[in-house]
Amino acid sequence: MTVIATESLSKRFPRVTALDRLSVDVGPGVTGLVGANGAGKSTLIKILLGLSPATEGRAEVLGLDVASKGGAIRERVGYMPEHDCLPPDVSATEFVVHMARMAGLPPTAARERTADTLRHVGLYEERYRPIGGYSTGMKQRVKLAQALVHDPQLVFLDEPTNGLDPVGRDEMLGLIRRVHTDFGISVLVTSHLLGELERTCDHVVIIDGGKLLRSSSTRDFTQTTTTLAIEVTDTDEHPDGTRAVRDALHARGVTTHDGSELPGAGHILLLTAEGERTYDLVRDVVADLGLGLVRMEQRRHHIAEVFKDGEEQRKEAVGHGG
Amino acid sequence: MAVEQPTAREAEQTRIHNIGYRSYDGPRLGRAYARRSLYSQSLRGAYGLGRSVKSKVLPMLLFVVMCVPALIMVAVAVATKAKELPIEYTRYAIIMQAVIGLYVASQAPQSVSRDLRFKTVPLYFSRPIETVDYVRAKYAALASAMFILTAAPLLVLYVGALLAKLDFGHQTKGFAEAVVSVALLSLLFSGISLVAAAATPRRGFGIAAVIAVLTISYGAVSTLQAIAHVHSGDTSVLVWMGLFSPITLIDGVQTAFLGASSSFPGAQGPSAAQGVVYLLVVLGLIAGSYGLLVRRYRKAGL
Repeated sequence: MTVIATESLSKRFPRVTALDRLSVDVGPGVTGLVGANGAGKSTLIKILLGLSPATEGRAEVLGLDVASKGGAIRERVGYMPEHDCLPPDVSATEFVVHMARMAGLPPTAARERTADTLRHVGLYEERYRPIGGYSTGMKQRVKLAQALVHDPQLVFLDEPTNGLDPVGRDEMLGLIRRVHTDFGISVLVTSHLLGELERTCDHVVIIDGGKLLRSSSTRDFTQTTTTLAIEVTDTDEHPDGTRAVRDALHARGVTTHDGSELPGAGHILLLTAEGERTYDLVRDVVADLGLGLVRMEQRRHHIAEVFKDGEEQRKEAVGHGG
Repeated sequence: MAVEQPTAREAEQTRIHNIGYRSYDGPRLGRAYARRSLYSQSLRGAYGLGRSVKSKVLPMLLFVVMCVPALIMVAVAVATKAKELPIEYTRYAIIMQAVIGLYVASQAPQSVSRDLRFKTVPLYFSRPIETVDYVRAKYAALASAMFILTAAPLLVLYVGALLAKLDFGHQTKGFAEAVVSVALLSLLFSGISLVAAAATPRRGFGIAAVIAVLTISYGAVSTLQAIAHVHSGDTSVLVWMGLFSPITLIDGVQTAFLGASSSFPGAQGPSAAQGVVYLLVVLGLIAGSYGLLVRRYRKAGL
């Protein structure tokens, strides 16, 4: 089942192209939409909500065409904006009840769902106090609650961790994960921070300059190419053990790179593991040289590296093109 | 083992209390319902209902101030066994225009500026409700609130007149004409005020803007009319001047069509033909305000 599908979707403004022939399919689960500021994330959400017509191409949300079924889509999805959107002089309960009714819930259901939803996002006694006195973390929870109160099938969360401290960020990410696992609601969450999406998302879509850079599952990003970090001891025979191992590995056709950006640079070798074979090879090489293997560990491949690679490739491509 | 058992039971009890997430299978009533809900919420809000105690004070006070003179007039009419009420029904709103102006200036900004200022508007438009629904609900709510404010004292006068056993036919006609007039006034005033308020997201500026539009235009028009009345015998100049302020517009329309006597200097209101122009200008302003509001919120959406 596809939750969101776009087909060469373009959005051009007089001066900028916000989306450029974007074709992407998003399944159920938590999907991260990553891109730098101005990459077209918010424009894409607007189009998917049926609020802004696409210049070209088409898009479907929950099997409904965005151009003709905007109202039906908005009844089934929730939206949490990036910016502040809460009036300070009403309580969270009053506000969320009102928003539930705006989504079409009858009065009694609106009140019940509000109480439930606020409890699920972690607002308890404070929900009767005016929102103006809330912390940023609590405000973000209210924003999330108003997006979930009508029990949508899909929610769009625009930069939900913006402005939160590390603890608040972790809690929000955990909450987003639960929106899918416990509530059964699919999530499209945008961020310009790749690291935080790794832990939360099943699938990551990276866009840049309105173009699709990559779309694949988080597992693909982080696991198909495991990076191994190796550290060895030095011996009298090989005063620079690291270098000896690197040369020996090169001789066997394995490329390594130094983890110059990592702490302990110069003593750590990074190489790409391609299954069991690589582990055996490293073991043999180190043993042959008579060195001690201090550590050989899997380093999680961060999406950031993929993103960086992708960007470099794109830049190269552009460079070649020009 | 003996220790573990209660813990296990406790865990079970906790689980019973934590009912987990419940999905919603009930009805979703859609656009029209959302529009109605927004209308009733905004109408209640215009009298401070469902808002803080502080925000109830001003609208309620103004409502009382609106009705007290009517009560006094009725009391006088009943006590003195008069043949007529002290004033015409249609004149009431004209006399009380300052109170009406104050009310609309205080309530129009709270109705629309809050959503713009705190950027709540995108939350509405990410739901089934659309720009026109929002504008219609807000416009209708403020116009209804204004109608309640302006028609309530008329009702007091009418009921009082009947209690004083004044001529039923005559009173009913006067009351009905005045009700039509204040309905027009409510639409016109709330339209103009909402446009002014929606243009200024800060509430304070909104209040000032509405008062400025209503009082400056009336002050200028009535002054110029007075000068024209003194210096020239031509009443038509004076009548055309009346097109440039909301309250004189209403005065003109009700003089031409609703049996009111004009409050223009010299009591010279527009003729029937001039009245048509007045009516067209009023309707044009109402439609124009609506159009401008829709445009304003198209831009503000998300």
